[in-house]
Amino acid sequence: MKIKASALGALAMAAVVTAALPGAAQNDQGEKPSFLRNEYQAVKPEKANPLTELISGYFFRSRETQALQDDDFLNPGFLWVEQGQDLWSKPEGEAGKSCADCHQDAAATMKGVGASYPKVQPDGKLANLEGRINLCRTQYMKAPELKYDSDPLLALTAYVRHQSRGMPVKVAIDGTAAPYFEKGKEFYYTRRGQLDFSCASCHETNYGHYLRADFLSQGQSNGFPTYRLKWQKLGSLHRRLEGCVQDTRGETFKRGSEEFLALELYLAWRGQGLPVETPSVRQ
Amino acid sequence: MPWCQRPSHQPVRAAIAFLIAAVVGGPVAPGAASAEDLVAFVVDGQSVPKPLTGTPGDPVAGAKASVNRGGGNCLACHVLPIANQPFQGDVGPDLRGVGARLNEGELRLRVINAKLVNPESVMPAFYKADGFLMPRKDLAGKPILTAQEVEDVVAYLASLKE
Repeated sequence: MKIKASALGALAMAAVVTAALPGAAQNDQGEKPSFLRNEYQAVKPEKANPLTELISGYFFRSRETQALQDDDFLNPGFLWVEQGQDLWSKPEGEAGKSCADCHQDAAATMKGVGASYPKVQPDGKLANLEGRINLCRTQYMKAPELKYDSDPLLALTAYVRHQSRGMPVKVAIDGTAAPYFEKGKEFYYTRRGQLDFSCASCHETNYGHYLRADFLSQGQSNGFPTYRLKWQKLGSLHRRLEGCVQDTRGETFKRGSEEFLALELYLAWRGQGLPVETPSVRQ
Repeated sequence: MPWCQRPSHQPVRAAIAFLIAAVVGGPVAPGAASAEDLVAFVVDGQSVPKPLTGTPGDPVAGAKASVNRGGGNCLACHVLPIANQPFQGDVGPDLRGVGARLNEGELRLRVINAKLVNPESVMPAFYKADGFLMPRKDLAGKPILTAQEVEDVVAYLASLKE
């Protein structure tokens, strides 16, 4: 696994260096992102959504970055998707089971699943795909949990979510999910850190504006896990959230924490109806 | 037109000045008094007329602090007439010529804490040490800029006449 993971990293690096040179950030002296060129597809939000139109982060990125995502052979995120496909049928743990032993062909059984997560589990707790995969591992495979943002967990998460590519995000926020939704919403609008920013400060009030070397998007989560050029690898939504909180010069929460899970649910709802893009490519 | 000059903000500004005066029993800004290391300052309407320090602000140092990412980082959100800085932001108003639009006292209040002018502003308060939720541990209890840096930035902004 280790050897495979590092080889994967090297491959990914090579793919990106040749395909997209740094400096993809654009400003008004260079190329304008498609959002500013008015060349984008928006999804009409549900009534309660504070946004007037839902726009994937894809339309805030440069042509080069978009081109990387558009071509499955160029898209470095597929290295993880393919690794996930291998892991899917690999038995692990004391029970000697693989994912495929219970779920058979992911193309059929996982279709739509990634679009509906995070989801409240039978135990009443909210889980995202990463959490659900680890729950399967500990509960049914009798295998240890995979570390957050480890290559195998990213790979399985990306593989599962990829089976919903093109399908609209559709999470449940009622019933047992309601308290998590409210908690996530509260997080979204709470200012934090020395800079006193809430998520809304950048992604609701100011999307479409330039923030130094970057272009503020709506902070939609439909492309995660995403291949981020800055990371030179695939990464989880929680890794990105951690970075966002750090950008407020604030103390962050742990990846997989209840706070980030609740926020993940709320964010998914803010993008309810956007197509899943996993694996997306972002700056 | 910058938000701070929009006529629609006039009533808000008046209300804030009133509130500040009513709550603290005088025109001393909240926050400043409770953080030991901060110099107390007096808000007079839309302005903090008196400098925070006895040393006049240095516009050259102020320009540097405006670019510094760990410091003021004004460039992240504002356009400034600084050469070789291609990635300027447009979240906040364009600051070219701001020295002709606002006087030093008005600039000082906005650098100290723009939320005293407009509570909905996303602009961070640069001279405020407490009242933040979960600030990074190494930054807790500290303002973004020192009193002298505030004066430097104000001197720099005041120099932007066109």
